[in-house]
Amino acid sequence: MFNRISTSALAAFAMLGAGAATAQTLVPSPTLDAIRTRGSLECGVHVGVPGFSFPNDKGEWSGLDVDYCRALAAAVLGDAGKVKFTPTTVQQRWPVLQSGQVDLLSRNTTITFSRNASLGVNFQGINFYEGQTFIVRKASKATAAKDLDGASVCVAAGSTEEKNAADWFRERNLKVTITNFQKNDDAIAAYDAGRCDAYTAGVGALAGQRAKLKTPDEHIIMAEPISNDPQGPVTRYGDERWQAVVRWVLNGMIAAEALGVTSKNVDDMRANSKNAEVRRLLGAEGNFGAMLGLSNDWMFNAIKAVGNYGESFERTVGNGSTLKLERGQNALWTKGGLLFTPPFQ
Amino acid sequence: MLRRLYYDARVRDLFWQIAISVGLVALTIFFVRNASQNMVNAGIASGFDFLWRSSGIDVPFVLTSYTASDNIWALFWAGVANTLLVSFLAMVLATIMGFLIGLARLSSHWLLSTAAGAYVEFVRNIPLLFFVLFWYFGVIAALPQPRDSLGFFSAIFLNNRGLTVPSPMDGSVFRWALLAILLAGVVQWLVVRWAAARKASTGQDAPVLAAGIVLCLVVPVLALVIAARATGWDMPQPGRFNLRGGFVIIPEFVALLAALVTYTAGFVAEIVRGGIAAVVRGQREAAASLGLRPGQILRFVVVPQALRVMIPPMTSQYLNVLKNSSFGAAIAYPDVVSLFMGSALNNTGQAIEIIAMTLAVYLFFGLIVSALMNWYNARIALVTR
Repeated sequence: MFNRISTSALAAFAMLGAGAATAQTLVPSPTLDAIRTRGSLECGVHVGVPGFSFPNDKGEWSGLDVDYCRALAAAVLGDAGKVKFTPTTVQQRWPVLQSGQVDLLSRNTTITFSRNASLGVNFQGINFYEGQTFIVRKASKATAAKDLDGASVCVAAGSTEEKNAADWFRERNLKVTITNFQKNDDAIAAYDAGRCDAYTAGVGALAGQRAKLKTPDEHIIMAEPISNDPQGPVTRYGDERWQAVVRWVLNGMIAAEALGVTSKNVDDMRANSKNAEVRRLLGAEGNFGAMLGLSNDWMFNAIKAVGNYGESFERTVGNGSTLKLERGQNALWTKGGLLFTPPFQ
Repeated sequence: MLRRLYYDARVRDLFWQIAISVGLVALTIFFVRNASQNMVNAGIASGFDFLWRSSGIDVPFVLTSYTASDNIWALFWAGVANTLLVSFLAMVLATIMGFLIGLARLSSHWLLSTAAGAYVEFVRNIPLLFFVLFWYFGVIAALPQPRDSLGFFSAIFLNNRGLTVPSPMDGSVFRWALLAILLAGVVQWLVVRWAAARKASTGQDAPVLAAGIVLCLVVPVLALVIAARATGWDMPQPGRFNLRGGFVIIPEFVALLAALVTYTAGFVAEIVRGGIAAVVRGQREAAASLGLRPGQILRFVVVPQALRVMIPPMTSQYLNVLKNSSFGAAIAYPDVVSLFMGSALNNTGQAIEIIAMTLAVYLFFGLIVSALMNWYNARIALVTR
């Protein structure tokens, strides 16, 4: 009798305790814990596309994809410098992410259905709307992809571009020889050596890679893209809380641009802004950071260190860079582009 | 009882062999199960269903009937065929070139032997990847742009996109020609055997050379000419960017073949030199004192004995050629590594299955090469008395 009562009492206490525990703590996030223990974020980037991820002669990385990782490090660890970049080729990127060697990929990677469905990876948003096109010699007088009938095209094996190009030309009954190299750089070198009439990659990537050619002025990038290749940060399946952090730091950078928060006015905005969304974003109101298991000044730190999406874009690929890309599709939806973020509510 | 079993060498050996086999099988099962469980947990697709998916990958150099609308299984075989083609040709050519360099190194002519020695030292101390890239960019740089193609009889064109040759519209006639050539080869082999037997019993020479010219030269040429006449030809025509039509032997193939041959020949030369040096001097001197000419000494006395020493290390060189052909992936030669482990792996993401299959390809053909060489080795060993 006594035993039975004590057992049920114990069970009741246990349930109460469990309820209390769930109210206070968050879903465990092994990735976030690992980053904190390590003291740095492990970010998988491209081996080198100027404007997106490219190391300078001192080994310092810069670019749009690199900036995002810096912002993420600032949001998680409070320091944009605490990030280690792992350069990955087209072939290496998936195993490196799947095996847990990096916490995320941020490297010119196109979001596709089959990657999401069969590689065990999730795409956390779009930080660059890319479109595939071709670079050709001006002397060839080809101005659009349909002029390339009979041409040889150099491409990186296993990229979306390889298949896109094959599909595109086959659909139009154009005979094009596609030569697939292991690395982007090998493909560019072969194009430069005259092995191919064209090299294919995204508009943004080509703008940067053009600088690697011997005489960049003799080449022209075709304006009209043959595909849509939205790109953004990638995480592996599992650890939903970490995935939410990755997603919302990107959203936060875009929201900051929409709300007019920049790296220069972020202190002032946090102290004086009357806009409720700005106040929630910067941690002046509510505890949005804490809800993800971060400090409440997570986005404040990220924007202070890296700036909003627009600042990062102009600095790395836009007018402040050598690439001079237009915002185009990558402008905010309010300015005729496609960038959009769900509300911080 | 147990004690007796323990001291019985046969029982003890059997016990350990069974124990190790069971252990290995168990370990393999554990690894496979563990990997597949982890892949399911990580949401990564597994299994071999992907082989039947359509590949969508264009291959610039195909020996099989593969096109981009075929499935990945067909892509795999297109890659295997390309690997085997370049490996086989490289083995044959490296053997010939290596033999010549090895003999040159033994020559009493100072300049010849020094040049051969320098070549060997140069080749053995340089990484193969360097050779591959050197040949590749060398080949591309040396060849003209498509609009300045070197034409031969306005049928064959050479430029930096490759060697374009006319291709037959109906390939089946060439199968008959090939059959005729093979048949002639078999007949020639029988003639050689008959002549050798006759020489051994009667000491008389037979007109082997004349038969050889007819069977190995006239018959193949006739067969090919007849076959070539029987089919229409797809002739290369100048197009906007490059030639249209015909079959293109791509520069990647030439560069990889050249790299494998020049690299491996350096090692083969040393094996040849070692093999010949292993034949004791007394043998040559004895042959010379019997009145054999230098060529005969080499052919009947030195080479047969040298072969016995050379075959085992040659086997490992042939295996190296097979494996080194994977360097083609660095220069876009569409071998099994480039097509299957590169393009297909990235499109499907099924790394474990694809790498296992690629390993199996190299293992399988490597074992075949070993088996053939071991068979040849055993034959050579029996022939010597």
